[in-house]
Amino acid sequence: MELNLRIWRQAGAADKGRLVAYRVDDASEDMSFLELLDVLNEKLILDGDEPVAFDHDCREGICGSCAMVINGEPHGPQKATTSCQLHLRHFRDGETITIEPFRAAAFPVIKDLVVDRGAFDRIIASGGYISAPTGAAPDAHATPVPKARSDRAFTAAACIGCGACVAACPNGSASLFLGAKITHLGELPQGQPERADRVVRMVATHDAEGFGGCTNVGACSSACPKEIPLDVISQLNRDYLAATSGRGPA
Amino acid sequence: MVTLGERGAGRAPGAPRPATRRPANGRGGPTSVQLKFVMATSGAIMLLYLVVHMIGNLKIFLGRESLDAYAEWLRVVGEPALPEQTVLWAVRVVLLAAVLGHLVSAVVLTLRARRARPVKYSHRPPVTGGSYAARTMRWGGVIIALFIVYHVLDLTTGTLNPNGVSGAVYDNVVADFAPARWYVTLFYVLSVVAVGFHVKHGLWSGLQTFGRSSAATQARLKGVSTVVAVVLVAGFGSVPFAVLTGVVA
Repeated sequence: MELNLRIWRQAGAADKGRLVAYRVDDASEDMSFLELLDVLNEKLILDGDEPVAFDHDCREGICGSCAMVINGEPHGPQKATTSCQLHLRHFRDGETITIEPFRAAAFPVIKDLVVDRGAFDRIIASGGYISAPTGAAPDAHATPVPKARSDRAFTAAACIGCGACVAACPNGSASLFLGAKITHLGELPQGQPERADRVVRMVATHDAEGFGGCTNVGACSSACPKEIPLDVISQLNRDYLAATSGRGPA
Repeated sequence: MVTLGERGAGRAPGAPRPATRRPANGRGGPTSVQLKFVMATSGAIMLLYLVVHMIGNLKIFLGRESLDAYAEWLRVVGEPALPEQTVLWAVRVVLLAAVLGHLVSAVVLTLRARRARPVKYSHRPPVTGGSYAARTMRWGGVIIALFIVYHVLDLTTGTLNPNGVSGAVYDNVVADFAPARWYVTLFYVLSVVAVGFHVKHGLWSGLQTFGRSSAATQARLKGVSTVVAVVLVAGFGSVPFAVLTGVVA
């Protein structure tokens, strides 16, 4: 199939950047979206041009690296699918596809489609962990976890930290990411001791990194390749209210 | 060895709070979540007022005496324990505080949202997953704020009302929505619809903000918000409709 691509090219942080048109004549509908970019890059390299820089790693939808906005949607039009798992069969022959980097002040563009998502690491470092002794693995089932709580924790833990929620949010908020981490750790016994501090510190870091506030539009959850539900943001708010009103988490 | 329990609560009593990263862009003040609590609380106060206001408006269908007497009662309620208009002004002060809190938080959050995305997408379909109501909260809010200014000048102070007689609420309303003044009626109805959309997303969003929403209750809460919004639009809209059709004259 033939595809017309409009790709954001930006040499570096200082460059203003622009959309550049490319044409790929020999795409197959069985290719993944990243393979399409690979094919384009091979051609660009042979022509002596600079290849399009994009983030990728596992290419099986679990690492969260492949960050790009395809036709205005993070990870493209396919629901619950990362860019690397998106196949060209979901596009029409001859279609024009616009590819842009995730847009957020907290995710500055490094080059082309590659953005610096270090802000997420700093949010995690400020509270998205539990303190536990290392060493021998604890006995399985030593700490009972009710089924409903373990299910909810697992649903939230599916977050791969790709940043699509931020890219989709009209406010550039990372609340879905925050909520996923708060819910994931907050539903489990191991997450309780640090629960109140965690939410206060992670929200403070979130704001300091320059992410916007949540208006419960729900675009994040729709764009999320792991379908993190919106109610994790409600959990985030509830934990924050409990932590700051001195009542302790509910 | 540090066990899970020991590290748990974090700091020893009296120990200083660990330093969090200070805003690089000079942004201090309340966190976005705290601002959302202000939005939700002030919104709840205004919504409660709206429900009472709507029920009061419907007294127009009971006739001139009923509505005018109710308006008079609003001025003297609390007497003789409280001086005249005490309750009225207390409500006005609380409402004004709610409006200002809502407005200031909204402006701060909007500015933060703008700063959070300095470069726009060149290709952007309407926000997926977001309802029309959610997408129009900000401009809808501006329309409602402008309407409130007009509405107070029209039916509270009577300045812009063609009848404008203090205490003659029924006549003021009938004069207001006279067929010749169709543009006033149109503006009123459009504003009421804007309130409806604002409440549809706002009520649900407020419940979500206070942590009352869960996967199981989300659809139900959205349903409740929609019903409340429809009831408000129908309740407020029925008055100009009744005047236009001559049911109230």
